[in-house]
Amino acid sequence: MKRSPIFLISCLCFGLAFFYIPILSMMVFSFNKSRLATVWGGFSVQWYGKLLHNGQIMDAALLSLQIALVSATIATVIGTMAGIALARFRRFRGRTLFSGLVSAPLIMPEVITGISSLMLFILMAEWIGWPGQRGFTTITIAHITFSMTYVTTIVQSRLSSMDVAIEEAAMDLGSKPWQVLRDVTLPIISPAILAGWLLAFTISIDDVVITNFVTGPGATTLPILIWSKVRLGVTPDINALATIIVVLVGVGVTLAGYILLRAERRRQRDIQMALAAATEG
Amino acid sequence: MQPASRFSTWFNRDGWRNTIIAVPYGWLIAFFLVPFVIVVGMSLAMRTPTSPPVGYRDNWPYVVFENYQRLVSDSLYIRAYATSIWNAFIATVLCLLVGYPMALGITRVDRAWRTVLLMLVILPFWTSFLLRVYAWIGLMGSNSWFNRGLTALYNSVVPADWALRSIPMMNSNFAVVLVLVYSYLPFMILPLYANLERLDGTLNEAAMDLGSRPWQVFRDVTLPLSVPGIIAGGLLVFIPASGELVIPSLVGSAGDPMIGRVISDEFAAARDWPMASAVAVALLFMLVVPLMAFNHYEAKAQGGGSP
Repeated sequence: MKRSPIFLISCLCFGLAFFYIPILSMMVFSFNKSRLATVWGGFSVQWYGKLLHNGQIMDAALLSLQIALVSATIATVIGTMAGIALARFRRFRGRTLFSGLVSAPLIMPEVITGISSLMLFILMAEWIGWPGQRGFTTITIAHITFSMTYVTTIVQSRLSSMDVAIEEAAMDLGSKPWQVLRDVTLPIISPAILAGWLLAFTISIDDVVITNFVTGPGATTLPILIWSKVRLGVTPDINALATIIVVLVGVGVTLAGYILLRAERRRQRDIQMALAAATEG
Repeated sequence: MQPASRFSTWFNRDGWRNTIIAVPYGWLIAFFLVPFVIVVGMSLAMRTPTSPPVGYRDNWPYVVFENYQRLVSDSLYIRAYATSIWNAFIATVLCLLVGYPMALGITRVDRAWRTVLLMLVILPFWTSFLLRVYAWIGLMGSNSWFNRGLTALYNSVVPADWALRSIPMMNSNFAVVLVLVYSYLPFMILPLYANLERLDGTLNEAAMDLGSRPWQVFRDVTLPLSVPGIIAGGLLVFIPASGELVIPSLVGSAGDPMIGRVISDEFAAARDWPMASAVAVALLFMLVVPLMAFNHYEAKAQGGGSP
């Protein structure tokens, strides 16, 4: 095998530069004194100060956070249920339709998901009088619907790679099937569930297209606010806001990745020790 | 006590199982399948000046196919579909050309570096999509250091008559493709990496021992074996890219819109729900075809009994 893939390594460096130069440039210009967002006029942190006193942005950030927390949690519960159903229940009525429904939102363009959800909410309001006003509830429902399928995908793939012998052993020792699920299966797949929650949270807090359709008067999430500002052009305060978000997400993702990696290593070690003990015994 | 124990009997026997199936099933039917059926039904309706602005014919067959007829007769829609497919296709090819060497490069470094590099590839994907598009708006603007640098480079190689004050990058299909590649590159790299990492290194060594040059090993061994990764990555880029709304709205040209923008404009600006629905349904059909082809290919590959 070739040992010095200089070509590949330079491609990697080029690619990573491509990934990070725009983001770094944006971060640098957030410290720009000039009102012009792309011409350097000296160092300043004034845009960060202005940001903190901007109540509109703070409200939007808070709303986004609330929606993301609620929708990610519900999406994780429902999505995990779907993952268990698909991975563990071999046969039930309507399984084909169910697995189709689980994978369809993943390939559906967001514009279409947004429009179809909005039409549903409008027709429901017409027919049954609910939802009276679009906002927090409709955004949360729409976010749950398209983020739960990501959770399902993660949980399902973890369950199918898991050794069913452990579950069978618990069953042989007299546990009822749902007790096995509660006491054995769920704890084992908890890293996958956590990863699913994080993904659902990120998808929700980042979404602009679907939210743009199903939102109503007064419910402005952070991406919607940024979207409406960005359409008017590049401004230094958006640079500052973007820098804060990128740094927060960067730190959060790195930490979460580190914790998940450690949990995974511990799990592997436990399994190996259990196997060693079993073979010795 | 009676109802409680009856509940627990039911729950223990098959209630827990039915609950686990019914909750997500019901949710997806109510909030995904039903809205989709509404869109399909809407695409067969007429636009009316009522609220909601939709109506059906009073007599058989109640539905109209006008919207689909307009779809194939009005050049606006055909051009928008062509622009979307073309932009998405070019972006997919570019993602492959940039992403393949990167994915292969990650498999060739040692384990500790692999984790770091994968992290660096995934990290932009977790940061806000909107802000990554925004970052490019800053770079492509005529006053930015990036545009000035490129302009200076361009002016230094072309004759003086062709010199430009700045390169007009914003609001063009070039900008759309560039930002598409930037946004969707991780979706190409990750499945490719997953595929390349599983390849058996001894095959490469065997080919080398038998006298192949590195380039030949790549062409005859690595590349054919990574076709599933290429297809998976290609679909993950092509499908969302062709329905993209944010990127063409922010950096694309208004005169040559992509289909996502047409759907959104028909719906919100023109308030023509039936037409927006018809455009959406047609787009879905166009996306389902390559997907079916992929599934067919996968089924065949698995049936073929690869080692």
